[in-house]
Amino acid sequence: MSLIAARNVSAGYGANMVLRDVSLAVDPGEIVTVVGPNGSGKTTLLRLLIGAARPTSGQITHDAGLRIGYVPQKLHIDPTLPITVERFLRLPGGTTRAACTTALQRAGVPDLWQRQMSALSGGQLQRVLLARALINEPELLLLDEATQGLDQPGSAAFYRQIEEVRQETGCAILMISHELHVVMAASDRVICLNGHVCCEGTPDIVSAAPEYRALFGTGTGGALALYRHEHDHSHDDTCTHADGHDHATSDKRTEAAE
Amino acid sequence: MLDDFMTRAALAGVGVALAAAPLGSFVVWRRMAYFGDATAHAAILGVALSLALQISIFAGAVAVALAMALTVTLLTGRGYAMDTLLGVLAHSALAFGLVAVSFLSGIRIDLMAYLFGDILAVSRGDLAVIWGGAALVVGLIVWRWSALLTSTISEELAYASGIDPKREQLILTLSLAITVAVAIKVVGVLLIAAMLIIPAAAARPLSRTPEQMGLTAAIIGSGSAVIGLQAAYAFDTPAGPTIVCVAALVFLGTSILQSLRT
Repeated sequence: MSLIAARNVSAGYGANMVLRDVSLAVDPGEIVTVVGPNGSGKTTLLRLLIGAARPTSGQITHDAGLRIGYVPQKLHIDPTLPITVERFLRLPGGTTRAACTTALQRAGVPDLWQRQMSALSGGQLQRVLLARALINEPELLLLDEATQGLDQPGSAAFYRQIEEVRQETGCAILMISHELHVVMAASDRVICLNGHVCCEGTPDIVSAAPEYRALFGTGTGGALALYRHEHDHSHDDTCTHADGHDHATSDKRTEAAE
Repeated sequence: MLDDFMTRAALAGVGVALAAAPLGSFVVWRRMAYFGDATAHAAILGVALSLALQISIFAGAVAVALAMALTVTLLTGRGYAMDTLLGVLAHSALAFGLVAVSFLSGIRIDLMAYLFGDILAVSRGDLAVIWGGAALVVGLIVWRWSALLTSTISEELAYASGIDPKREQLILTLSLAITVAVAIKVVGVLLIAAMLIIPAAAARPLSRTPEQMGLTAAIIGSGSAVIGLQAAYAFDTPAGPTIVCVAALVFLGTSILQSLRT
C-alpha cells in the first residue's frame, strides 16, 4: 500500500503543460529522489503532492490522515517580521515545547531556540526548516531542492542528516534535485523527470570509483553518489522526445555506442 | 464622561489604533502598504455614494473599499503588476469620488472632514461604530492569528499545514476595509495608511516575536492618539495630522535606538 500516489497526472497553464501523464508512488520507509533539469516540472509535482495546486487531469491519492512534513526550496522572511526559531516551529499551533526540542535535535541544531529567523545562515535555516517538517512525526517527508545554496560539504552533511532521520523515524522520503548526477546514495529509487517520467531505477553507487573520488573528494562520507542515466527499457515505446530536451541526444549517443 | 468631546475623541483614536496595530503589522510584513493606501482612497467614492443614496457612510465606505480590494486581488497577475493596478484603481476611485461629491447639490459637504478626518466631532453613535468595527477586526485577527502568520511566512508551508492562504488573504482584506471605514472620521482618508503602518514600523525594533510587535504597535498607536490630541489642543493644530506626527516621532525614536544598538 503506497503512502501517496499520483496517477496519470497532468498539470499546467493553458497550452503550456508542465507535467504530462505522470504516475508515481511512494511506499512506507522508501527514499525516492526525483531529478530533472530546471523547468522539468519538479516543483509543480511537489505542489500537487502537498495540495497547493490541482492537477488538470489525473489524480493524487493518499490516506486521509497521512502526516506530511514539507521542506520548502527556500524561505524568505521579511526582515520587518521578528520571529524566533521557537515561535516559527510552533506555528500554526498545538505544538509542544518538547516536540520542538526533539525536532531540533533530530535536525542537528539543538541550540538555535531563541535565535531570530532572519539571523540564521543558509545551512542553519535549512535545518530549522527540516526540524519544522519533522515536528508532527511525518510518515512522508517532502524535500524541494533542500540543499540549494549549500556548498558541497554542507549538502553532504544535510543528506547524512536526512538518512539519520529516516533510520530513527522510519519515514518515507521524497526529494527533488536539479543536480542531475548527484543524488543520495541511500535512495531506493531515482525518478528522472522532464515533463514526463523519463526513466526510473536504483542509483548506481560508485563511491569506490577513482572518478568519483576525483569529483567529490572523500569528505562526503558516502552520502553522495552518481546516478548513471541508464535505460533498461526501450525508450521510444514509452515516450516520444518530440520536445527535444537536453539529455535525449546524449542518451541516443550512449545507446548508439552500446 | 462621554459628554466631553475630548474624551470621545481620545476613545475614538484609541479604538482605531487598537484595530490598526495588529492589522498594520500584517500590512508591513506582507508589504501591502500601498494596498492600504489604495483601499483608503477608494473609500472617498464610498462616502460620495452613501451621501447620494442616503445610507450610512460606514456601510458605503466598507462596501467600496472591499470591492476595490477584491478587484485588485482578482486582477493581479493578469498582465499588470500589482502596484500599477493599485495606482490606476486607487486614484481613479478618488477622482470619481471627488467628482461624484460635486454633483451632490443641496447637501453641503465638508470634504476636508473626510480627507483629514474630524476626530473632535465624533459623536456617541460614531464611537459605537468605531469600537464595534475595531472589536470585529481585532477578533478576526486574533482568531486567525496563527493561520495568517503561517501564510505570511510561506504559502507552501501553509498549504502543507492544511491552511488555505487565499482564505487568509481574504480575511485580511476584509479587516482592512472595515478599519479604513471606521477610521475615516478619525484621521481621514489620506492618513489612514499612516495609522496602519507607522505604529507597526515603530514597534519593529522593540520586538522579538510577532505577538510582541502587534502589542507594542497597539501601545504606540494608542499613546500617539492620546498625546497627539493633547498636543493638538495645546498648540491649536489639526487633530488627525498631529496624531500621525506623534507616531512618526516615536518611529524616529525607535529607529535611532535600533541604529545605536547595532
